[in-house]
Amino acid sequence: MSDAGAAPAVVPAGARGARWRTLARIAREQPLGAFGALVLLVMVVVAIGAPVFAPFDPTQGDAASLNSAPNARNWLGTDAFGRDNLSRLIYGARISLMVGLGASLLGVVVGAALGIVSTYRGGWVDTITQRVMDALLAFPMLLLALAMAAVLGPSLPNVIVALAVPIAPRAARIARSSVLVLKATTFIEAARATGCSDLRIIVRHILPNTFAPLLVIATAYLGLAIVQEAALDYLGAGIQEPDSSWGLMMSGSATALALTAPWIVIFPGLAICLTVLASNLLGDAIRDLLDPKLRGK
Amino acid sequence: MADYILRRLGIGLVTLLGVAVMVFFIMRILPGDAAVMMSGAGAGAVSEKELAEVRSKLGLDRSLPVQFAEWAGKVAVFDLGTSLRTGKPVIEDIARRFPYTLQVVVMAMVIAVLVGVPMGVLSAAFPGSWGDQALRALSIVGLAAPSFWVGLILILALVWMFQWSAPLFWEPFWVSPWKSITQLFWPALAVGMRQLALIARMTRSIMLEVLGEDFIRTARAKGLSEWAVVMRHGLRNGLLPVVTLIGFEVSALFGGLIVTETVFSVPGLGQYVVTAILNRDYPAAQGIVLILAGIVVLGNLTVDLLYGALDPRTRVQAADK
Repeated sequence: MSDAGAAPAVVPAGARGARWRTLARIAREQPLGAFGALVLLVMVVVAIGAPVFAPFDPTQGDAASLNSAPNARNWLGTDAFGRDNLSRLIYGARISLMVGLGASLLGVVVGAALGIVSTYRGGWVDTITQRVMDALLAFPMLLLALAMAAVLGPSLPNVIVALAVPIAPRAARIARSSVLVLKATTFIEAARATGCSDLRIIVRHILPNTFAPLLVIATAYLGLAIVQEAALDYLGAGIQEPDSSWGLMMSGSATALALTAPWIVIFPGLAICLTVLASNLLGDAIRDLLDPKLRGK
Repeated sequence: MADYILRRLGIGLVTLLGVAVMVFFIMRILPGDAAVMMSGAGAGAVSEKELAEVRSKLGLDRSLPVQFAEWAGKVAVFDLGTSLRTGKPVIEDIARRFPYTLQVVVMAMVIAVLVGVPMGVLSAAFPGSWGDQALRALSIVGLAAPSFWVGLILILALVWMFQWSAPLFWEPFWVSPWKSITQLFWPALAVGMRQLALIARMTRSIMLEVLGEDFIRTARAKGLSEWAVVMRHGLRNGLLPVVTLIGFEVSALFGGLIVTETVFSVPGLGQYVVTAILNRDYPAAQGIVLILAGIVVLGNLTVDLLYGALDPRTRVQAADK
């Protein structure tokens, strides 16, 4: 893993200039991926600085202007309670990004750990893990997330866990296929022959070699988790009022009002599209950079 | 081959059993007491004694393994119990709603394949053209848009342009097929958008790969028309992974349906399962989740077996296993 694509992470601190040059070169090679990374970065900054960027309090309604169209004061209009849509959108970015990042990270880490350890161990542990994962994979993602959210009850950490549950078996499957190949290689055999413990082999030899595909699916599930979080909110099983999330902005009275005040549902949807688009573009770029077959094309 | 089929069937059965166990226990740990819900939500108005009666009537006072065994035994003969909410047998509710869902899924897939495959093939036949660029941009956006939001926007556009209004009554297919197809076209389009984008993208990349193969050069060298090269030699060989993708996407389609049916108020299984889960209607939720997961397991099994039938190469590999 000493190629240019992964270099920024391992360049020593002294080589600052080289690191920037490498980043600039990657951005030139993968303009779409750089665009995605930039969009996500801006979103993260806006989400963290929500109190600074939001022009109004997202929970404070103005009874004098209900469902008003976009205007100079409320750039994206107001909702049925007279709350400023732009401010709600900005605060909503916090929830979407936290859930997206949290669920995809949690799901991929837990899934990968299960997949790597059980595949490496083999035997009945592997067989049982496999069957459990198969059963989990049979549930449509959103259906499993919905059931889990209903079991756990609506709160931010619970929504993250609920969305991570269907991601884990998918990550486990990806990890499993790489470990199966790795287990048969001579360098693992050599490591074992030199007396490495199982833990050391897994952490130092197997994990680094399964990292690339796992990183790629983590970015893919980042976008999917954001979409599904919005769906859970829309159905009433996710984040609850008065918190603001993009899915919540489209649900309830917003749908009923869609014909007279369409801006209420249009903007949060666009925000989701942009975020997912950015994470997909970034994911594609990472895949291209990490895939030796595609490199240099 | 027979050995391979038997093994796959066996794994499928074990998976189904695992699904049943999971469905049962997830639904049982749902917070909220079904007995309280059944006796009318006015908590406090019902005495402990009455609650205990309802519990024993529902069998909720027995141990979980006993309840599971009883439930599984009934499921095996297609008795899914009575819905706590509608008061009707769950299997009847499902039977009434299933045709709508099936129709939306089939129509969504047909739309996705009929539009997505030609788009992908054209795109690969003229790589770098403006059409190819437009398609790639469209498919990336199609993958990013949540299906329920696409549904909402579709409804808005339809109302603005055609004064469309959501049907108050959804015509069953067997009563008037044409009307039912036109009614369900929009929900199917909203659900199928993502699959359309996926299929177009996948067809494009596979066709690009296939069109670079030696046998394509041979076909061109023989003097075949470009049409024959792309369609007969290229598409034939590129279609297999697409078939697999379609099989595996059935699961994702059901996921999309759950919300989209709610958006369009289509009286299908998606809408039913959402209400059942959110209202803690155990029998209904268990039954429907089990059936949806069962369909997914059968779908994956079919893809595996079809794959063997379509591609002689995998049959040999399977026999080696």
